[in-house]
Amino acid sequence: MSAGRERLVAGYPESLTEQAFHYCPGCTHGIAHRLVAEALDALGLRERTIGVASVGCSVFAYNYFNCDMQQAAHGRAPAVATGIKRVLPDAVVFTYQGDGDLASIGTAEIVHAAARGENITVIFINNTNYGMTGGQMAPTTLIGQKTTTTPLGRVAENNGYPIRMAEMLATLDGPAYIARVSLHNAQAVVQAGRSIKKAFQAQLERAGFSMVEVLSTCPTNWGMTPVKALEHLEKVVAEYYRVGVLVDRTKEVAG
Amino acid sequence: MVSKTVAYTGNEAIAHGMKQINPDVIAAYPITPQTEIVQIYSTFVADGLVDTEFVTVESEHSAMSAVIGAAAGGARAMTATSSQGLAYMHEVVYIAASMRLPIVMAVANRALSGPINIHCDHSDTMGARDSGWIQLYSENAQEAYDNLIQAVRIAEHPDVQLPVMVCLDGFIISHALETVTLNDDAFVKEFVGIYKPKHHLLDPENPVTMGPLDLFDFYFEHKRDQAEAMRKAKDVIIAVGQEYGAKTGRGYGLFETYQLDDAETAIVVMSSTAGTAKAVIDELRAQGQKVGLLKLRSFRPFPYAELAEALKHLKAVAVLDRADSFNAFGAPLFVQTRAALYDLPQRPTMINYIYGLGGRDCDMSQIARVYADLAEIVKSNQTGEIVRYLGVRE
Ligand SMILES: Cc1ncc(C[n+]2csc(CCOP(=O)(O)OP(=O)(O)O)c2C)c(N)n1
Ligand code: SF4
Repeated sequence: MSAGRERLVAGYPESLTEQAFHYCPGCTHGIAHRLVAEALDALGLRERTIGVASVGCSVFAYNYFNCDMQQAAHGRAPAVATGIKRVLPDAVVFTYQGDGDLASIGTAEIVHAAARGENITVIFINNTNYGMTGGQMAPTTLIGQKTTTTPLGRVAENNGYPIRMAEMLATLDGPAYIARVSLHNAQAVVQAGRSIKKAFQAQLERAGFSMVEVLSTCPTNWGMTPVKALEHLEKVVAEYYRVGVLVDRTKEVAG
Repeated sequence: MVSKTVAYTGNEAIAHGMKQINPDVIAAYPITPQTEIVQIYSTFVADGLVDTEFVTVESEHSAMSAVIGAAAGGARAMTATSSQGLAYMHEVVYIAASMRLPIVMAVANRALSGPINIHCDHSDTMGARDSGWIQLYSENAQEAYDNLIQAVRIAEHPDVQLPVMVCLDGFIISHALETVTLNDDAFVKEFVGIYKPKHHLLDPENPVTMGPLDLFDFYFEHKRDQAEAMRKAKDVIIAVGQEYGAKTGRGYGLFETYQLDDAETAIVVMSSTAGTAKAVIDELRAQGQKVGLLKLRSFRPFPYAELAEALKHLKAVAVLDRADSFNAFGAPLFVQTRAALYDLPQRPTMINYIYGLGGRDCDMSQIARVYADLAEIVKSNQTGEIVRYLGVRE
């Protein structure tokens, strides 16, 4: 390649610190972190961004995102983010929450932040279990999925049905942008990055609440190798939780 | 009775005790270091070893609410939690007690946020100390197991009808492997008996409304009844502890004393640190020092008269609290123990140590320092600082 045509196609995102991730090998939490950081870099938002870390495997998110961070109690991140955004409306505020945090103990907070159309961005990591506490059943656990509290697999009769959070929140009028993405292969990761960037753009437009549900792996608690976990994510998880844009009321589309 | 000795963690011992009790309903939400209890229990459910209706609710607030509903419906209901989980259920914890529902809850003690921490201290259960629940604290896995089984009888006793928290130190007891002597299943089944609630929902002969609005007309009388039930719980705890002791060889009272009768100075403490103190006492006794221990088991009800009687001969006493109450004076166990001794004609000098917050290790050298401080107080006849902090960087 001639010198004049060289261009940098990838680098280390400025919005990530140099701290090595503590995540298990093959866990896609790290990829999701990087996508958030790349979106912040691409939009030049790092210096204006405040992240709200939740409780779950991503509890140490404050060590990785190179911006101001606040730790919220389990499930309360959208309420904390609401408070931050109301006093600092020019700041870019995002939460990073797991499916235990957002779809279980924090269901009330996410529904009402979305219903109020809070101008915040939510990155929702759906790995179909409570990773940090050792792989217990989450509301998102698939029927038949074995977890440490459903050792014979989730049975609807006893344990109810999985919740599709993106679809549920899409019924509300507050959200400006809701999408579901997956991290099962390179193409999907690129698409996920676009959606995350779009969600932050929605916030910049003051269009209202934005959320990206990111289908993610938990090889450790799924009892799978990283490669097998990615296959499972694509063939089984993404089959039930269909990727796509559920709400888009941003100007770009409307205009 | 046939008993067997096994190597169990505190969580395994509690889960095994729950299996033997075989409650009608368990509802819980995972939280470290309690998680294992209900996780192990879910395998018993899956294997068909218990008849329990097991509900994986979405939060601790719902866990407590679900067991309240179950208990109101006449069921024997249990849950387990730690730290933020107990804090999150706080609202309904009070309601369980005021509705006089004999729920039993295991609490693996863990420090409250913030800052967020997963290790042991007693700030979680101390935060619920005035909720109207009986609180029993356990020194080791054996005591956690024994307390759990007795808790059912204490809670359901007609004179009591109050919920009980069985507290075990997070990680130190919940996760450490120890030898535990287990009762046989038949014994536990018989000991806890069949639960026959005095009132429950949908008893066609006796229709009831549970938890209605209660204003200045009767609220106060109901609170007075609750206070009376807690007062009566003391005798029930003693009686159940004696009966359990007669049948298993492991008797329990409101507290345990160790080398206290002829002691000149003593430590008052709860839970696993009592074991550390016993080891220090053995060393100091070998050197001829008259040191002793009072390990409190029942923090609620608080056995003030018995404590005063047991401590009255001492020259100096140190009360060790694994929680602070940020009241600019002493921590909960100290303040109450000191108040309990107020009516004695001659009182020991009393000091408070706040120790082990957020899982800070409390080793033998720290306990030895406390006894050395007490010896100094006796020698100099000077109390010095009343409230002190142990093992913290100042
Ligand atoms: C009030 C409260 N209850 C329970 C917990 C314990 N807890 C910590 S993380 C977690 C589950 C997290 O799962 P998820 O949100 O799916 O994130 P993941 O670990 O899978 O990334 C739970 C139940 C807590 N910290 N606070
Ligand atoms: S437990 Fe699961 S979600 Fe947590 S870091 Fe490991 S693989 Fe990722």
